[in-house]
Amino acid sequence: MLNALAASEWTAPVIDYHAIAPEVVLAGGLVLLLLLDLFLSDAKKWVLTPVAGFTLLGAFIPVLTVALNTDGARSMLDGRYVVDDFSLVLKALFLLAGYVVVLISADHIREGNYYEGEYWFLLLTSILGMVMMASSRDLVSIFVSLEFLSIPAYMLAAWKKRDPKSNEAGIKYYLLGVFASAVMLYGMSLLYGIAGSTKLVDIGSALGENLTSIRALAVLFVVIGFAFKVSAVPFHTWAPDTYEGAPTPVTAFLSVASKAAGFVALVTVVFVGFPGSHEVWQPVFWILSALTMTVGNVMALRQSNIVRMLAYSSVAQGGFILMPLAVAGIEGVQQAALRSVVTYLLLYAATNLGVFGIIIAVARKTRSGEISSYGGLFGYAPGLTVLMTIFMASLAGIPPLGGWFGKFTAFQALISAGTNWSYALAVIGAVNSVVAFGYYGGILREMWMKPAPLGDTSPVTVPSAIGVALAITGGSTLVLGVLPGLVLHFGDLAGLTGALGG
Amino acid sequence: MEVLSDHNWVLSVGTFLPLVGVLIMLFIPKGEEALTKAVGLGTAVATLAVGIFTMVQFDYGKAGEMQFVAEHDWISVIKSSYYIGVDGISLPLYFLSMVITVLVMIYSWDHVPSPGNPKAFFSLMLVLQTGMAGTFIARDLILFFVFFELVLLPMYFMIGVWGGENRQYASLKFFLYTMFGSALMLVAFLALFFKTGAESFSIPYLVENGGAIAKNIQVWIFAGMFVGFAVKVPMFPFHTWLPDAHTQAPTQGSVILAAILLKLGTYGFVRIAIPILPDAAKEWAPWIGLLSVIGIIYGALGCLAQTDMKRLIAFSSVAHMGFVMLGISTLTPFGLNAAMFGMVAHGLITGMLFFVAGSVKERYHTLEIKRLSGMLKQVPRLGWILGFCAMASLGLPGLAGFWGEFPAILSAYQPAEGLPVETFRTYMVIAALGTVLAAGYLLWLYQRTAFGEPTAEFAPGHGHDEDIHDVSTFEWIAWTPLLVAIVVFGVYPQLMFKVLDPAVNVTLKAFGG
Repeated sequence: MLNALAASEWTAPVIDYHAIAPEVVLAGGLVLLLLLDLFLSDAKKWVLTPVAGFTLLGAFIPVLTVALNTDGARSMLDGRYVVDDFSLVLKALFLLAGYVVVLISADHIREGNYYEGEYWFLLLTSILGMVMMASSRDLVSIFVSLEFLSIPAYMLAAWKKRDPKSNEAGIKYYLLGVFASAVMLYGMSLLYGIAGSTKLVDIGSALGENLTSIRALAVLFVVIGFAFKVSAVPFHTWAPDTYEGAPTPVTAFLSVASKAAGFVALVTVVFVGFPGSHEVWQPVFWILSALTMTVGNVMALRQSNIVRMLAYSSVAQGGFILMPLAVAGIEGVQQAALRSVVTYLLLYAATNLGVFGIIIAVARKTRSGEISSYGGLFGYAPGLTVLMTIFMASLAGIPPLGGWFGKFTAFQALISAGTNWSYALAVIGAVNSVVAFGYYGGILREMWMKPAPLGDTSPVTVPSAIGVALAITGGSTLVLGVLPGLVLHFGDLAGLTGALGG
Repeated sequence: MEVLSDHNWVLSVGTFLPLVGVLIMLFIPKGEEALTKAVGLGTAVATLAVGIFTMVQFDYGKAGEMQFVAEHDWISVIKSSYYIGVDGISLPLYFLSMVITVLVMIYSWDHVPSPGNPKAFFSLMLVLQTGMAGTFIARDLILFFVFFELVLLPMYFMIGVWGGENRQYASLKFFLYTMFGSALMLVAFLALFFKTGAESFSIPYLVENGGAIAKNIQVWIFAGMFVGFAVKVPMFPFHTWLPDAHTQAPTQGSVILAAILLKLGTYGFVRIAIPILPDAAKEWAPWIGLLSVIGIIYGALGCLAQTDMKRLIAFSSVAHMGFVMLGISTLTPFGLNAAMFGMVAHGLITGMLFFVAGSVKERYHTLEIKRLSGMLKQVPRLGWILGFCAMASLGLPGLAGFWGEFPAILSAYQPAEGLPVETFRTYMVIAALGTVLAAGYLLWLYQRTAFGEPTAEFAPGHGHDEDIHDVSTFEWIAWTPLLVAIVVFGVYPQLMFKVLDPAVNVTLKAFGG
């Protein structure tokens, strides 16, 4: 016995440091932030903002170098942590989205008279979790990444501790998030019991196509756990309250990066872990998608607060992202479905972050989140109005602005499946995309066609950081709408290692 | 299709030049209104110059073929390319869009509607121009879709910001109707793509392979496209957005809407739906014909019931587009020629009518027919122009309107092979009745507004003398080309038919035309 132990000498796993350099840079930045926060006086705390921003940009550099230097995938820890095209493009998404969040947070955080250091620390920790999520191909690492990105997010939502709404946001998010984790863990434990391994590829082959009720249950639990994360109806109830109560930049972060991370995990699990069980998850996604976009849209129509409206809008957008997953198990459709999800996430991120940039900029003047406070904006802030118009039109899916292409790829995947169910979902999606203009158009109407409330037409001053954020997001929304080919090839199935022999 | 000319940059420049103008205008400070207008108009004129160059270089001997063809990779992953070209069908409309934009801008020089802001107004018109021109030259369905949608937002803002009392309702209604149509249209495009082997979105490819799709599937795909295009035309019963949009839109918006935007729908039928899905087209044709004649009669009756001049003209559009669609539904070269001619003629005439309505509104601050009277006495030139346009609109021989309407009715006598002849002949009789009604409502309109003495409130010396003046210089400049064109095409329709006919025959190849 002892001999046997001695014989199997533990060898350190080979770590590809180039491949995990983004994570290393982020971790280093986190330590630096903590130390600086400890030793800097309050007056010098502004230094933390550029440190956070440059850490994210610094972490982006190795993403680029790895992408340029690698053919195929870099696999570590027995294929449980993989850096492939799929993960690289999503890491890039998380880092750049994080950078834009830093830009739109900077002035908001400075002026809020709350803890600055902690804010940046929590934000970067959460991004680190997302970056890890993009590479995780194992139940344990997926779960660890998920908690890594969620727990700081709970705290960020409750960051304004003297504001009861912010507290409510944090508590609701936390309670439902933990509940979702519990459901998911239960499913994962069943999966481990079936497969005897936590590695997704092993689970995929162990599950096979032979569905027993216990296997179906395991798959269902995991899918539902992530449905909470991506705020799919009927598991969306936390989203509006959390989005409204949390500080606005945090809401931007949650509605874009956090949601994207949920989808990344979902896609990885479904494509790598459950490719043979599509008879279980396809109908689930069909129902989730139809419900999510319809309920999200109908609720969004009724909102008078812009952040709350955007919360429901982001729920509805989630429904569109889910659409192709309802056919993603059909032979020949997987490729299109995966491409659609990734493309949609990228375009949605650019647009939605821009929207929040404008909300923060406008709220600095109006001190209000009511949609009516946007009245007459065109008169005194034409630049912001035009940008907001671009973003709203993009969210509504009107060509030639980014968002249309996301919707297009989703429809394309559905129709390529060619089943009656997929046509039905496509028509539901088409009708919903029209309904959605009801509320996106409502903002446009307010800005362009209504007078300013109380006749207050003093100009809006846009801090330079937000200006840069708007330039980045607005530019990408426009350019990607006209030349969507620039992002499209990132979402290839061959890029998702472990999926269907890819 | 081989490249017939080396000038394949011409169309791209003609289409995107307006956007360059928009970019320049972005950098003009807000106060410089004259400069803004000058840049806007200058861009439109430069675009028109490119358009004229296109007309000159166009090989009229080969009007049935695509010319100035350019093809580049665009979104290769979804097999869509930047593929453009013009033939005899698209050329007149492509050029008309440029002419109308210039004229509308000239008119806008001293007619920027309230609440002002020429910078935004002129920019939107230029964006619209790109969308309109692009739709007519696109040879790829996705490209077509993008251009088709590009016109939505500018028109939405034009109606919603610069429109009348009820502008917000009208603009939203316009937008939701059109968007609903295009969402289903996109689904149909995608279904078409996959049913033809997921090879390409290029229209020539689809024309070649679309006919092989099983008939019952064709019928469904056609249905999706039908909704998209019929909303835009608009055909009965999808027309209800039109009277609201036209009535509330500023003059410029109404003119562009009537002259060009409605044609995007009919053009879609001619270019996409019918040639790609010939079997479905035959199946649908009697129903399209039925809706067309309902539109003709319904539009005419609607006109008779209107009390507002602009709303009356809007309803007359429903009737006129009914004639166009009737011509299309016969699926014969004769009918299609008539329809294409009708599209251009309607663009010129109804565009002109909306111009006149706008000027009447500006002078009398009302368009209520019963408050207007004696225009011939008070503003004789404007009154005569209104009379001229009303005559053209009711299809008086010798003016352009006649050549759209009369052949369209006649074409229903002998529809394409396989279509129910009796049904179409019935349509022919009903449509002919429609022309009588058209004469009725237009003459009645003219009689009430132009004849007699001015009403008491607008009589000289009642405080309106300053506003009520005859046609101004800018109006003359903007209107003369349209008035001349109405006469020229009325006297010598062959000018356009000889461009259209070869292309129409190519389009209807699948029907043995």
